Amino acid sequence: MTATPAAPTPLASIESIIEGLAGVGYIASRRIATALFMASHLQKPVLVEGVAGVGKTELALCTASLLNLPLIRMQCYEGLDESKALYEWKYGKQLLYTQILKDHMGAELTGAPSMEAAMDRLHGMGDLFFSEPFMEARPLLQALRTQRGAVLLIDEIDKSDEAFEAFLLELLSAFQVSIPEIGVIKATTAPVVFLTSNNVRDLGDALKRRCLHLHIPLPDQALEERIVAARAPETEQRLRVQLVTFVQALRTLDLRKLPSISETVDWARALTLLHVHALDAELVRETLNVLLKFEQDILAAEPRIGEFLARA
Amino acid sequence: MDLPISPAEVIDAHRAAAEVGFADRTLLKDALCVTLAKTADEARRFDLCFETFFARDRRAANPAAAGEGPLPDDPLAQQLLADDGAALSAAMEGAAGRVGVSAIRLNTQRNLLTRRMLDAMGLRELEALINSLRAAGGGRDAALAERLVERRTALFAEAARFVERQARLYAGETGRRLREQILRRQSLTAIPPEEFRAMEALVKRMAKRLATRYARRRHRARKGKLDVRRTIRRSMVTGGVPFEVVWKSLRVEKPRIVVICDVSRSVAAAAQFLLLFLYSLNEVVQKLEAFAFSDRLVSVDDLLKDETVDDAITLILARIGFRATDYGRALEDFRHATADSLTRRTTVIILGDGRSNWSDPRLDLMREVAERCRAVIWLNPEPETYWGQGDSRMDAYRRFCRVAKTCNTLDALEAIIEDVLRSHLPR
Repeated sequence: MTATPAAPTPLASIESIIEGLAGVGYIASRRIATALFMASHLQKPVLVEGVAGVGKTELALCTASLLNLPLIRMQCYEGLDESKALYEWKYGKQLLYTQILKDHMGAELTGAPSMEAAMDRLHGMGDLFFSEPFMEARPLLQALRTQRGAVLLIDEIDKSDEAFEAFLLELLSAFQVSIPEIGVIKATTAPVVFLTSNNVRDLGDALKRRCLHLHIPLPDQALEERIVAARAPETEQRLRVQLVTFVQALRTLDLRKLPSISETVDWARALTLLHVHALDAELVRETLNVLLKFEQDILAAEPRIGEFLARA
Repeated sequence: MDLPISPAEVIDAHRAAAEVGFADRTLLKDALCVTLAKTADEARRFDLCFETFFARDRRAANPAAAGEGPLPDDPLAQQLLADDGAALSAAMEGAAGRVGVSAIRLNTQRNLLTRRMLDAMGLRELEALINSLRAAGGGRDAALAERLVERRTALFAEAARFVERQARLYAGETGRRLREQILRRQSLTAIPPEEFRAMEALVKRMAKRLATRYARRRHRARKGKLDVRRTIRRSMVTGGVPFEVVWKSLRVEKPRIVVICDVSRSVAAAAQFLLLFLYSLNEVVQKLEAFAFSDRLVSVDDLLKDETVDDAITLILARIGFRATDYGRALEDFRHATADSLTRRTTVIILGDGRSNWSDPRLDLMREVAERCRAVIWLNPEPETYWGQGDSRMDAYRRFCRVAKTCNTLDALEAIIEDVLRSHLPR
């Protein structure tokens, strides 16, 4: 892609989105493509939900490379506040400058005929120190100020506090933020915004209302095979079908953490590295820890391996 | 279908529909789904709603079916004879709108509404026509009448299916909500066994709701403050210029809740739900200690932590449940178990009826507990007029309680616990 996409053409239709995403290695279902389509046409953020490893973050990454836009990522955590998310004054720089300019400022002020005049001059200087050069732009502000637009990924929003969620509302509905010292900053080009959530806590209705909602489920056999083919192309076709069938069977068990797409892909890559051509019970038992992350899950799955392999 | 959809979302949905058009059914469905449904569960219900709402018995018009000869002068009869599916559907929807089928709230209204809808479509005129055709007695007329009767039967079935769909759309949720409302106000001792599952879901939802609200309060307490003294001291290094700013971090006081739950014979019926509530609370409140007692008192922390909810309740009841109560003994055990963990930060919640089977209530121990902890909150399934009647010593115990309230329905339980979390716990 050489031309700067002013109105990004890859988002023109559902089919072109699916095709485009496939081109950058993301196999999207129709619903995912529709969500992206609506997001760009209605200019609304997309709230992506789904279990860990189902491809939520990956969707944002691939959208960014599809649109050839920079990806700005903000990881949420408990205690995240606007000084880390939006902007911060470069306190050290401000202090340093005042120290260096101390004498200069003194000279400037000595000429003042009265206290009021000195004050006025000082006011003029004070504003200098709270201007853009002293402002440290954090991810949200960066996303708003990127000229061509950007893909903004607000990762794991459910980990942040309620207060932060409320703070995001202005950004998400109007693509602008208010900074007390400077004023309102509006996005030059509205960024494509993804929010992801693992459902650690329920998000507020106000936030949900402002977003399009996309739930990515665990994929069915055919879709997962295509995803593995795209993500781990070196895996042989026969092995691919076999391992996906096995994982699909594994998901029917009542486990603490079901293996998701990223685990399947990891497993496919691991098996390829081991130069495996077909699954057997011994091999599966040895590599099961790639798929299952809890001891009790592994113990629950082990006795069923033979049975699942027979299906594959 | 019980999806909460605000006017702003309706506007979004309209914009979405305008964007994608009506030609592609899946596309429209997906587009509406991403704008209207806000959780995975809502998305599932949306799919169901969409399919039900836009479901039609599809039949193409079949002009050949009209047969030979002049058609009778009745619009419904004409449509039936022409087997014109589109026109019939349109007529049916028009009629449904006129008689207000979408106002259906109960499944029992189905037959009545079907009948009214058919009447609005001109069923009476059709029947009159059939009768007059039969009375005329000619061979062609009789055949026509037969055909009309046959089509009428098909129409009945179609109308019934239509109303059925409407009932699923509009009546399904109200029925469920009505039942939940009743359950919430039902006395805990009088819940029929077949409603246990529904009740369980309600309790879990309630505990979760309380937890979110409660967690919010805890977060708010955490804010930094400038530590002037230390900032100035650090600034000595840089010649009095405060390059490094030091913040006071506020130590958050973690409240502890200790819950004692009576599972003896006298409260047997309510015990299940009290335990269920205890279990749910344990999942959402970080620092909770739980005890259950009848004649003796045991800690049930580990059971609540390790077992599934059903197992935990069964095990607790098997271990200690349904015996005769002895409050004195239980309090003694309680003092032993919490010898040095009861502090001014602890709130003790007691769930029980205060009926001690005439044994020594050990008010001295109760006084000690009350003095050592922050507050004692007593929730009693019996109404206040019973307190102190018979073997109840509630009137004596209540003197030591910050709050003593009757709590015999889920609604009451929620209101009280919320009150407790809000006003009687340290923040």
